[in-house]
Amino acid sequence: MNYFSEAIAWILDPANASGPSGVWARCWEHLWYTLLAVVLACVIAIPLGYLVGHTRRGRGLVVVSSGAARALPTLGVVTLVGLVLGIGLVAPMVALVLLAVPSVLAGAYAGIEAIDRRTVDAARAMGMSEWEVLTRVEIPLGLPLLLGGVRSATLQVIATATLAAYVGAGGLGRFLFLGLKTQDYPQMLASALLVVAIALLMEGVFEISERAAARRLHTA
Amino acid sequence: MKIRIAAALAAGVLALSACSSSNPLGSASAQPSGSTSAAGGGTLVVGSQQYYSNEIIAELYAQALEAKGFTIDRQYQIGQREVYLPELQAGTIDVFPEYAGNLLQYLDKDSTAKTGEEVIAALPAALGDTLRPLTAAAATDQDSYNVTNEFATTNGLTSIADLAKLNRTVKVCANSELEKRPYGPPGLKSTYGLDVEVIPVEDSGGPLTVKALKDGKCDTADIYSADPSIVANDLTTLTDPQSLILPQNVVPIVSTKVDDAAAAVIDKVSAALSTEELVALNALSVDKQQSSAQIAKDWLTAKGLLS
Amino acid sequence: MGWVLANLELIGSRTVSHLLLALPAIALSFVLALPLGWFAATRRWSRATLLTAAGLLYAIPSLPLFVVLPTIFGFGVRDALNVIVALTLYGLALMVRSAADALDSVGRPVRLSSTALGYSTFSRFWQVELPLAGPVLLAGLRVVAVSTISLVTVSSLLGVDNLGLLFVDGFQRGILAEVLTGIIATVLLAVAVDGLLVLLGRLLMPWAKAAGR
Repeated sequence: MNYFSEAIAWILDPANASGPSGVWARCWEHLWYTLLAVVLACVIAIPLGYLVGHTRRGRGLVVVSSGAARALPTLGVVTLVGLVLGIGLVAPMVALVLLAVPSVLAGAYAGIEAIDRRTVDAARAMGMSEWEVLTRVEIPLGLPLLLGGVRSATLQVIATATLAAYVGAGGLGRFLFLGLKTQDYPQMLASALLVVAIALLMEGVFEISERAAARRLHTA
Repeated sequence: MKIRIAAALAAGVLALSACSSSNPLGSASAQPSGSTSAAGGGTLVVGSQQYYSNEIIAELYAQALEAKGFTIDRQYQIGQREVYLPELQAGTIDVFPEYAGNLLQYLDKDSTAKTGEEVIAALPAALGDTLRPLTAAAATDQDSYNVTNEFATTNGLTSIADLAKLNRTVKVCANSELEKRPYGPPGLKSTYGLDVEVIPVEDSGGPLTVKALKDGKCDTADIYSADPSIVANDLTTLTDPQSLILPQNVVPIVSTKVDDAAAAVIDKVSAALSTEELVALNALSVDKQQSSAQIAKDWLTAKGLLS
Repeated sequence: MGWVLANLELIGSRTVSHLLLALPAIALSFVLALPLGWFAATRRWSRATLLTAAGLLYAIPSLPLFVVLPTIFGFGVRDALNVIVALTLYGLALMVRSAADALDSVGRPVRLSSTALGYSTFSRFWQVELPLAGPVLLAGLRVVAVSTISLVTVSSLLGVDNLGLLFVDGFQRGILAEVLTGIIATVLLAVAVDGLLVLLGRLLMPWAKAAGR
């Protein structure tokens, strides 16, 4: 595992750490791309998921279309959108949001769907309006599954955000492509390790928030 | 670099494992991989890079050889050098169209060869005992710096040296590896006194790069000289008066299984292949959307190489 | 449509190669995920570790994986086996979580009562837990199937024959129809396999009305 230690050494080398194309800057960019993509995906998918989950309508359509979205080859999408909109952050962002939407959507509607019908009916019997049923019963109860969906979407986006560098944007993909094309394997592996490190960090954040959500659910 | 689109990534990735001086992939790739098999008897395996133009040249060799009674196994669209060179060296591929300058640079990073002749002369030693180059074609396909005609007229640009007139850091759209190439930022600085920033677009001068150039995201773009898109998009190729960029003649690399008879067939193809012809062949693939088989058949027939 | 009609044979052979890479990987990740998922579901202490490991596996960018695997297993980069192993790992990463959730959903009372009824651990798994977990397992398998079929295209960058070659080649040559054919054929293939899995689910689990989510 010679190149493995070389990769670690590359990451720890102070010469690579700072500056606009240093390790820290690229990590931030990567994290920023990831958060932006996931937040955008949530803005699109959560209301839609809640609508489907609450009304129990259009589920088939959502399943089929999110299945199809999952099957979209990301590299193909990045290049196609890039051809239309030019290089920069827009094309990879479109692809990343498309990548993240199915998981978030599934988490949002599955969270509501998994709730026992009787619980929801009881809430209605208590005189809650549909809006109250959604916001005070379904959304809190569905939170753990939603978080699970957002979590897997985030992981996928972190790994795939390397493609941003393919069309002139930043992120850890810059090291990946440069290392790979100049046969600088330590640099290339270093970028993969940093990607996994960011994933680990986000996993930690989700683990904590999922536990918090579960705790709230039990004490509520 | 003849790396196209993301093919490049894959290829480079492969090399990731090569940690020290030797390539641990070498032995692994040497196994008959996938449908590849070290065919016995009279079968020759013809390979190509994952680059449509390279596939066309490979198909020229393949059909010319078939016309002379050789049996051909086609292994096209094989990523990049990191993938196919070990297979060539192991003898699972017998014929491969290569580009002299970049091949030499890959095999021997310290090579000092400058001219086309020097590159060709240095190749046999760099290739070792198991492989040899046949006669190179006149056709070349190499990196070139291009600007839009409009940009060239406005700023009075004809050569790379003229980019200094912009009086600022020049933005180049290119694959990220240009950063480290002798004809990239270091060479442009030392030879032409230019300060250069590389904007990485990883499609090897493909449509994304052309689009970025036309959108004004960069001043100049690195595009392969035999790419029909240079003409199709009204681009001006800047001349290189100081010969900074290595010439990339198309050269067939063959294994020991290729005897004199087979070599003679391939030599005839190379002798007929000029740069203009290559650009025309590429244009048939890009504009007329013809398959490599169709393009090769028509061209070889016209040149009388199938009879 | 002109390009499609002129290249039907090519599209057909690329589709077959695509399936030959995807189907073994899908099947393998399902089979391997079952014991791991069962472990995670029945041994609480192993759950967090297994699931986090699986999640991180999924976070590895796929291209470096295609390179590292041959050095570990000793096969060629362009070998179908290399692609299948890499895809299986990604499939496993997704499937272990589903399998754990599915077997989890069976519930402790059911497990305990079937043990009380005299089932051994082995027969309990096959005759009680697996059928009860079926619908959720199927849901997970469908996600794995679709993702795997999409992910196969990345291996085209290595020169492995599959539908991804269509959009790589079409992109270089600026043939939009070829690019779109590659993308659409991949999506259609995924939807078709997904549909088959749903049908299979109905055949095997007639008791589950709408199988999976």
